[in-house]
Amino acid sequence: MDSLQLHLDLNNDMCLSLPAKVIEINGDMASVSVGGAMFNAGLQLLDDVKPGDYVLLHAGFAIQKINKDEAEEILRLLEEMQDESD
Amino acid sequence: MKYIDEYRDGKLIRTLVKKIRKEATGSYTFMEVCGGHTAAIHRFGIPSLLPPGITLLSGPGCPVCVTPVIVIDRAIGIASRKDVIITSFGDLIRVPGSVSSLEKEKTHGADVRIVFSALEALKIAKDNPGKKVVFMGIGFETTAPGTAAAVMKAKELAVKNFFVLSAHKIMPPAMEAIICDGTEINGFICPGHVSTITGAEAFRFISDKYNLGCVISGFEPVDILMTVLMLVRQVNSRKFNTEIQYSRAVSMEGNTKAREIMKEVFTLSDNEWRGLGVIKLSGLELNERYSDFDAAEVFKMNGLREIPKENALCLCGEILRGRKRPTDCRLFARACTPENPVGACMVSSEGACNAFYKYRRNG
Repeated sequence: MDSLQLHLDLNNDMCLSLPAKVIEINGDMASVSVGGAMFNAGLQLLDDVKPGDYVLLHAGFAIQKINKDEAEEILRLLEEMQDESD
Repeated sequence: MKYIDEYRDGKLIRTLVKKIRKEATGSYTFMEVCGGHTAAIHRFGIPSLLPPGITLLSGPGCPVCVTPVIVIDRAIGIASRKDVIITSFGDLIRVPGSVSSLEKEKTHGADVRIVFSALEALKIAKDNPGKKVVFMGIGFETTAPGTAAAVMKAKELAVKNFFVLSAHKIMPPAMEAIICDGTEINGFICPGHVSTITGAEAFRFISDKYNLGCVISGFEPVDILMTVLMLVRQVNSRKFNTEIQYSRAVSMEGNTKAREIMKEVFTLSDNEWRGLGVIKLSGLELNERYSDFDAAEVFKMNGLREIPKENALCLCGEILRGRKRPTDCRLFARACTPENPVGACMVSSEGACNAFYKYRRNG
């Protein structure tokens, strides 16, 4: 995804949320990366965010942490479904 | 990109489509109530992958679209003052009010600035102590906690020139209003990001009380198709439940901290939705503790037109209730286009008309 386009999209589309990797934390703000494009994210709405975590970036805030185990579980379920139908 | 690419996998999409086609033997209507879903469904061409028995309807999920004209008129009224800077998410500034839009006012000299977050608006207030900085509080449970956090921060830092014009709303009462309005649906594709805050529990009353399917969905094609399959299965088995497809971001309990922050700053009030009218306890106003930051209190709204004017031909309201489709509107793609929108549903990329225009103009 093009970084400039991503900034434009996020500025023009208040509902867009994207998975972002936390790079650095300074007090209640974090620098996060969405596929290499950097954004600031307020951390006021979440506890225990650490660099390396993935969060959902929404209107300038990290609104939720992404649960890695759940993400893998859904993909595993889908793979199984695929095997059944092959 | 991680957590995106895997959910766009062609093989998984084909498997899901095959399953849906096999299992969806009847007729089904599902409504999405999140603008992000509306945009994704059209962008990825989901309807073309589904069997003809499945209809997807767009509901009142685009915050810009459900914001009534009176809010825009108020903002324009405030923007006309020389000592004011209006700050807003980008989508809102193009929405037509009764006679103008914030964007048009900007070209006439009003200081209207697009911000990415409420914290950015707060920074503008700190940087411009001689001005009153008003942030347009628009959106559902996803943006409201951020507005609340910015207001709390303003109080903490004793910033006296930061105000919020709150048109924030909460989603579950609007979904109930849609059901009570008689729109015939079999289930909801429940809003993914709203649910990160509210938790899936917030929708359980819908599946329990109204016997409708509720599945909280992610935003990629695999997510949406899997959600449709889960809804089809609920309808087929007649076992209606609230389920989470978007489990990588949504839990039953949601984000408790964000909800506490909302509760600290806001109080629930009856609120007007474009197309749906006033819905009881569906809006968020700043409470007494934070009334110094409430633009509605600080800027008395005298001399405003009592009944704001909307274009009589615009079907935005009907479309938001799932009663009409964008292509039913006589203005669609003629007088009303994304470049020159007549109604709010054409402005935001989350609006049903805008998504239809971009991806499905010919069908």
